[in-house]
Amino acid sequence: MRGEDMGGQVLLIEDEPNIIEAIRFILSRDGWQVHTHSNGTDAAQIVRDRAPDVVILDVMLPGRSGYDILRELREDPAHSDLPVLMLTARGQSKDREMAERAGASRFMTKPFSNAEVLDAVRALSAQ
Amino acid sequence: MPRDTLTGSRIRERRVLRGMKQADLARKAGISASYLNLIEHNRRRIGGKLLLSIAEILRVEPAALTEGAGAALIASLREAAADMPQVSAELDRVDEFAGRFPGWAQLLADSRTRVAQLERSLETLNDRMTHDPHLAASLHEMLSTVTAIRSAASILAEPGEVDAEWQARFHRNIYEDSARLAETSRGLVTYLEADESSPLETGAPQEELDAALEKAGHTVPELEAGADLDAALAKLGRGLSGPARGLLRGWLDRYASDAEALPLDRLRPAVEEHGPDPAALSAALGADPARIMRRLAAMPPEDLPTPVGLAICDSSGVLTYRKPLPDFPMPRFGAACPLWPLYRALSRPHVILAGPVMQVGRSGAVLWADALATPQAGPAVNADPLYQAQMLVRPLPQGTEPPATLPQLGVACRVCPRESCEGRREPSILASTRR
Repeated sequence: MRGEDMGGQVLLIEDEPNIIEAIRFILSRDGWQVHTHSNGTDAAQIVRDRAPDVVILDVMLPGRSGYDILRELREDPAHSDLPVLMLTARGQSKDREMAERAGASRFMTKPFSNAEVLDAVRALSAQ
Repeated sequence: MPRDTLTGSRIRERRVLRGMKQADLARKAGISASYLNLIEHNRRRIGGKLLLSIAEILRVEPAALTEGAGAALIASLREAAADMPQVSAELDRVDEFAGRFPGWAQLLADSRTRVAQLERSLETLNDRMTHDPHLAASLHEMLSTVTAIRSAASILAEPGEVDAEWQARFHRNIYEDSARLAETSRGLVTYLEADESSPLETGAPQEELDAALEKAGHTVPELEAGADLDAALAKLGRGLSGPARGLLRGWLDRYASDAEALPLDRLRPAVEEHGPDPAALSAALGADPARIMRRLAAMPPEDLPTPVGLAICDSSGVLTYRKPLPDFPMPRFGAACPLWPLYRALSRPHVILAGPVMQVGRSGAVLWADALATPQAGPAVNADPLYQAQMLVRPLPQGTEPPATLPQLGVACRVCPRESCEGRREPSILASTRR
């Protein structure tokens, strides 16, 4: 299912400007409406304000870790089912476990491919 | 036998260990409790018959009371026992053990110290791999940059509409990110190289010796002008462990006899004429080519027309000396690549195996190696000699054409990229070049 059919909205929380640019481009081209945010401190609040269909959340963010942000979101019943794709630069099973425990819907290690991100976002929004 | 002043303390310690009251011991020994108390606090000397009788009552050797063992040794043994309570070492007899078998006791204490040291460096390494913030940050930065490059590049490469303005943007991003990646990776390499020497140097005696010789530039001026072995040993051996000093001593002895047989002022003009060629120098000087190789490796750089490297191994193939060249690195531990002529020489003793060599992945520099195996000592009666091999590595002699094809040697299997090699004995830690 393409983003335009859904009119889907993606919130990308990532601090690497060129990754933001590339992901924003591929998702927009696929029909998604993409908002971005680069700071960990108020990321949870931004999710509440924007109410996106899918969140892409980097683990290493300035101010606050992606795990903490996700844990806060999951404690809120309104966001307990929100599809969240976690991005990390470390692929050890330990990190995967931590992401799962924090409540990530999917987990992806850098360097990922554009197609993987696109597939993940499509699959998550269809859930 | 010198009696130290702690005999009383040891009596007290043994008595307490046996759970015996002061008054009981005094009664059995036929003295008053207050007198025993003075003895136990080292305020009265004790000897002769009284000592023997107390030792008998406490069921210890008299020597364990008078000499005891070093307090430090006893403490180490106690710690060793505490480390492994499940073994139930006889703690109540620790003095006896240390007193009767001082050598074994010291060995046990030293081994425990060594185990602790190794555990520490293992922890350090482990910590470094998992917790080193600089390493983690660098790797994270590199992976993020690679991700950005990969995303932007695939947008440009894969089918799909990208208008000119976006194309230009992604081109610029890739350019910027690749510059950043180059910078980060350079920084990471510098960091890893700078750190290489610090936490790992808890090495074996051979490694200590190698490090000391490398620091000294493999040359010992003290032994060139009239052998002053003690001065050389004091200078080079500073900070080395006992076993490493022993190795150094043996090395210096050989250096001194080499230098006496072939002093620099005899060697220098011959090298000027013939170059660092062991066979030619041997013919000109009437000297043992193996000795000439060692002398060449020990010559100060200003006396040599070209730098030379030297490897020496014993019959088991383990390197006992290494002086590498930039184009011919040598492994820091254990044995080297089995394809080295050094090892071939062991199966063809007394023949100088000379020829071009090249190490895989070393900018294709062709070098020349002369390898020779000779007995370590003179002929023995009805006994086979023990051989050692030496290999001198030097730049290709002038006028020698590098051959079109040349078997490629490695440093050691673990760091060798060659995939199919009949000499391989363990897998390489290098990532395969084929994907």
